[in-house]
Amino acid sequence: MIRAILIFNNHGKPRLSKFYEHYTEDTEQQIIRETFHLVSKRDENVCNFLEGGMLIGGSDYKLIYRHYATLYFVFCVDSSESELGILDLIQVFVETLDKCFENVCELDLIFHVDKVHNILAEMVMGGMVLETNMNEIIMQVDAQNKMEKSEAGIAGAPARAVSAVKNMNLPEMPRNINIGDISIKVPNLPSFK
Amino acid sequence: MALKIVKGSIDRMFDKNLQDLVRGIRNHKEDEAKYISTCIDEIKQELKQDNIAVKANAVCKLTYLQMLGYDVSWAAFNIVEVMSSSKFTYKRIGYLAASQCFHESTDVIMLTTNQIRKDLSSPNQYDTGVALTGLSCFVTPDLARDLANDIMTLMSHTKPYIRKKAVLIMYKVFLKYPESLRPAFPRLKEKLEDPDPGVQSAAVNVICELARRNPKNYLSLAPLFFKLMTSSTNNWVLIKIIKLFGALTPLEPRLGKKLIEPLTNLIHSTSAMSLLYECVNTVIAVLISLSSGMPNHSASIQLCVQKLRILIEDSDQNLKYLGLLAMSKILKTHPKSVQSHKDLILQCLDDKDESIRLRALDLLYGMVSKKNLMEIVKKLMLHVDKAEGTTYRDELLTKIIDICSQSNYQYITNFEWYISILVELTRLEGTRHGHLIASQMLDVAIRVKAIRIFAVAQMATLLDNAHLLTGNMQRNGICEVLYAAAWICGEFSEHLENPMQTLEAMLRPKVATLPGHIQAVYVQNAAKLFSTVLKSQEGSTEGTAAQETSQLMIDRLPLFVQSANLEVQERASCILQLVKYIQKLQQKEVEVAEEVSALFAGELNPVAPKAQKKVPVPEGLDLDAWINEPPSESESEDEQPKAIFAKEEPKHSRSRHTEVDEKELARRREARKQEQANNPFYIKASPSSQKVYQESPGVEHIPVVQIDLTVPLKVPGLPMSDQYLKLEEERRQKERADKKKKEKKKRKEKRSGRGRRHDSGPESEEDITPAHMVDIVTEEMPENALPSDDDDKDPNDPHKALDIDLDKPLADSEKLPVRSHRAAKVAKSPVEDGDAENTPPSQEPKKKSSKEKREKKKDKDRDRKKSKEEKKKKKHKHEEKEEDLLGGEADEPVVQSEDTTEVVALPTSTNAEVSDLDFWLSNAPVPSNTQEAATVAATAEADSVPEATSGTAPDSDHDEPKNSELEETKSSKHKKKKQKKEKEEKEKKKKKKHHHHHRHHSDGGADESVQNGTVEDEEPLPPMSNYCLLAENSYIKMMMEDADEVCDIQGNLQDGSQVVVSVIFENKCDSLLKSMEFNVLDSLNSKLQRPEGSGPHDGFTVPFQLPPGVSNEARLVFTVQSIVMPQKMKGTLTFIVKNEDSSIHEKLDFKLHFTCTSYLITTPCYSDAFAKLLESGDLKCSSVRLEEVNMPFHHLLARICFHHHFSVVERIDSCASMYSRSIQGHHVCLLVKTSGQTVSIDAKCDEPTLLGNVLDEIKQTFSQC
Repeated sequence: MIRAILIFNNHGKPRLSKFYEHYTEDTEQQIIRETFHLVSKRDENVCNFLEGGMLIGGSDYKLIYRHYATLYFVFCVDSSESELGILDLIQVFVETLDKCFENVCELDLIFHVDKVHNILAEMVMGGMVLETNMNEIIMQVDAQNKMEKSEAGIAGAPARAVSAVKNMNLPEMPRNINIGDISIKVPNLPSFK
Repeated sequence: MALKIVKGSIDRMFDKNLQDLVRGIRNHKEDEAKYISTCIDEIKQELKQDNIAVKANAVCKLTYLQMLGYDVSWAAFNIVEVMSSSKFTYKRIGYLAASQCFHESTDVIMLTTNQIRKDLSSPNQYDTGVALTGLSCFVTPDLARDLANDIMTLMSHTKPYIRKKAVLIMYKVFLKYPESLRPAFPRLKEKLEDPDPGVQSAAVNVICELARRNPKNYLSLAPLFFKLMTSSTNNWVLIKIIKLFGALTPLEPRLGKKLIEPLTNLIHSTSAMSLLYECVNTVIAVLISLSSGMPNHSASIQLCVQKLRILIEDSDQNLKYLGLLAMSKILKTHPKSVQSHKDLILQCLDDKDESIRLRALDLLYGMVSKKNLMEIVKKLMLHVDKAEGTTYRDELLTKIIDICSQSNYQYITNFEWYISILVELTRLEGTRHGHLIASQMLDVAIRVKAIRIFAVAQMATLLDNAHLLTGNMQRNGICEVLYAAAWICGEFSEHLENPMQTLEAMLRPKVATLPGHIQAVYVQNAAKLFSTVLKSQEGSTEGTAAQETSQLMIDRLPLFVQSANLEVQERASCILQLVKYIQKLQQKEVEVAEEVSALFAGELNPVAPKAQKKVPVPEGLDLDAWINEPPSESESEDEQPKAIFAKEEPKHSRSRHTEVDEKELARRREARKQEQANNPFYIKASPSSQKVYQESPGVEHIPVVQIDLTVPLKVPGLPMSDQYLKLEEERRQKERADKKKKEKKKRKEKRSGRGRRHDSGPESEEDITPAHMVDIVTEEMPENALPSDDDDKDPNDPHKALDIDLDKPLADSEKLPVRSHRAAKVAKSPVEDGDAENTPPSQEPKKKSSKEKREKKKDKDRDRKKSKEEKKKKKHKHEEKEEDLLGGEADEPVVQSEDTTEVVALPTSTNAEVSDLDFWLSNAPVPSNTQEAATVAATAEADSVPEATSGTAPDSDHDEPKNSELEETKSSKHKKKKQKKEKEEKEKKKKKKHHHHHRHHSDGGADESVQNGTVEDEEPLPPMSNYCLLAENSYIKMMMEDADEVCDIQGNLQDGSQVVVSVIFENKCDSLLKSMEFNVLDSLNSKLQRPEGSGPHDGFTVPFQLPPGVSNEARLVFTVQSIVMPQKMKGTLTFIVKNEDSSIHEKLDFKLHFTCTSYLITTPCYSDAFAKLLESGDLKCSSVRLEEVNMPFHHLLARICFHHHFSVVERIDSCASMYSRSIQGHHVCLLVKTSGQTVSIDAKCDEPTLLGNVLDEIKQTFSQC
């Protein structure tokens, strides 16, 4: 089981938090902080597993994380999950984000956390891995987005126009803080289809 | 209208959307909180508007704010509103918000039930998907119960997308509503073979998750998983399955043998490291489970170790880490193979990655030996010095102590070395483990007598340098060692070289800054030292020295008298007065040293940690009895129901005169004192230093070594641990010498251990055994302590919550009828998958009635069905569908026959599966099995004819009116397919059924009411059955299931109840049996329900024929008036035996015995309701005592549950409360307590006669086993 999925940036700012157990908001923030502290002080070349998230779980639980450019993707899982499998899953997640946002960067996550949630929901459900096949995930996400668009229809047009205008003067929308090194070495990516 | 929409959306575009909010927050970095609070105000405004789009937008923003840590639970209702929007866009927003911030105590959650149900059955798969996803995050027990049925239905949805989600969410449902597991499981199992890989993987996922907690219940699935493992190519699924096998193998070594080969192949062939790793892991598990003796064993280990070495040597830190992790598993059973890689592991200790170092440390634990301990610890000490992070250093510290103290200090050859190590460890900056070091010091000093001189010297130095330890507040964790130091110096002060100096050190003003409990020890031990000093000083001629010492005490102690800590203050005052008195005496030149030291005479022995717990309860002492009357009614809410039971023992005395109580109390107190005085095991409280020792945390749980260094050691110079390395050889010899003495000592210890408890006070130590060299063994227990074996495992398992939840339906699946509620419905309702043919026609009219009524009715129905079903399953006989028959049977015998065959055809029996598993594992075809299978297959063929017709019979659409047209159109096609499948399945299952038929026979013997008939050889099998032999002759054998009831819930109160009896007819001869007619003589109270139009003496025609060797089941419905007494009915079965050439008319008499138990229905009851019921006061009570019951408590409970239809409300240790309800609504509550072989059952019921009879029956059940 996956207990929690956290995404935060190099400064510990949460970009997505998904807890599959209930915690109060305060505890959640504390967990994010603690996790950030644990993860951020680790070198780049050390292993991606960490024990001892005090707040989550206990000894049966591990933090499995990957660091991409400015973002940390952290999964808190128990012993029923395969460590390397989860690493692959993170990779799949990031690649999916990359496809859905077309060259994803931190800003995409900042401004569209709801979409990230929706994508995640197609991969992990209630703490269990639902789908590992990227194409399948993207297909379902696209289908839902299409539905959303068709629902918005004409009524949605003005809002879209406005948001387009709003986005026009966005100096901070550079597309180049991307998670470029997506080809980070995954020992066994081809095995997951 | 259009204008309005446009206007609405124009309004909307000026509202902030999520992006604006985020942007705003980013632009207000300095006053973020303020900005957000204005945003929240805006959101509150937006939520007040009617426009759902605005609301959705607001909720979307709230979801974001929730992530930032803002509590948004105040908007829960608005979230529900957005969830119920018809537009997918908004719905999704709503569900997302709900999944992020709803939880079990969110009260609006109960409003969502219907909305979710609607979404689940939405024609749009994404509505359903979104609802499922949301639900998976916030499902509550109520939601789970109410929606289990709907989700079950979705598990067979046409869209794999929905199926996989539904399958996955079932796990959550099981967790929240364990009762659903049973009914849902067959379908879940089906999904393992779903054509869609996603669904399959989801099912594997769920089952693995379930099996991880309770592997033994899933052993029977091993063949299926094995097949999947060899066929699947999805690595994710493979990993899960292999992990699952890892959990299963410990339970079934044969499985392991079977696994080794394919796993080895996978290890060789796979390119995926993750898979390789899991394979290695499982192979390790297999090897552990196969304890020894396999020839190719070592080859497999070699393979694993070799693969792991490759992992560890890999430059990828992840692989290195995992390699070490797996290595540590091998270490436990095959330390030798790991030890050869010591170089590699020691190398990992130097790794820059902390996780890896920690793993390597774990491995070290298993690699030490007497030879290399010092060397390894030395290396670790170096690391301690180098380590930068406190966590790692603390970890190192605990590891060093672990390694040294493991198995009773087995590897320590020189304790002086160890003490030096401990002293060195106290120099650690900022460790949290001061108490650990302290307890080690105490432990070693107390238990290794010969080391005391050395230890005392070391501790004195420590005390002298206490300022070094306490100087920095950061290091206050370490000041715990002063506790140990002070105590050791005080207790063994006779070994001190310069007690005066130590005494002064202990009375320094600086001491007052130490934590209270340490100061207390200081004060107490200062007194001990004082007595020692006095003794030495009085011995010498100088009288003034002694007086000076007293003066020192008098000067310094007031500092402690002022302490804020009560303990310190109290002790200090006491001792101060004592010293003042001594001083007075001294001034009169009286010799006091002797008397003062008498205060602290005697010696302490450590007690085993569990000793107290193991003291057997003396005869006649009732620990559950109230010492004082319970405070008041109102408080009993948080008391366990057993308390309510217990107090009835001294009658309902609560409301009686308090006077009596007080007398009684006084009497009891007196008696108890007497008890205690005579009880050598009772440890009396005494305000002595000894007590302090007992209190010292963690001391007790340290294993004690039996080592006696007869020659005191003198090592000159500073105690640097390194020096000891060279002394190793010498020590080892000594130890060898010690071992010889072990035997002798043990005996002594026993005595001394007891003696100690006898008089813990220092004043009365006359009878302590003198001159024992090593004190106590770890596991020393009171002599007649009960070996209450698993008391450690039981309670605080980390996954306790989960375990319990799942266990109830499953772990005891063999025995415990699980309390149930309504999910049973689930199993049979679904229309689309062809189960439709089983829908009872009799229920249809009800369903058509008004919706609300239907809902209610369903619940009740479910209740009833469920409970029955549960029982059935236990009997390894029926599928969930069966109860549908009941209805059908009562009204339309025609349908019944068809259904009956169906039921017989589809047993889901763990038992059968287990035997299947045996078969699978044994790998050798059993001839009898195959034969049986062949004959059965033939009959199954015949069975399928009525089956097919039944398929078309009842119309499924009535059953689930809300199910959409979609399914309807499909249903016909579907059905046919399904039927075919079912036929096949039936055949398969028939085989299984046959396997365990015999068990019923034998087990039947254990049940009541076996009259005429032979009992086959008793086969001591754990599974229980309620089938008992009814009658048997050379032709036929009748087995009766001891009445399974249905009460027509509506007619329940007025016109009595129905009892359904399942009878299995088994043809034992070579001829065909036909025209079977079943008849009973109706009594006043009980009547057989006969088909309409038949007279009161007509028999019931058994609706099938029996070919040779075949058995089938018929169900008979009886109406019963009074249920408080057991009933017996005489009956006859007539039938025609048809040979090829002739036919004979035969008959068989039997007696039907309706026990009172059979009128009970397993009904779940929650503990609060249970407590209320008991408190209500209108229940009569009664009790029974069972002697010499030789079975584990859970077996006992299982038996009661199974044979007497109770459900466990709550179980606490050896005490359980149980509940059941009669078909006429009588409540029956039990409190079962066990101690030794005696079981006492206190019972309450609103109908005393019924209760009496039920208790008699329970007694009978246990007298038979």
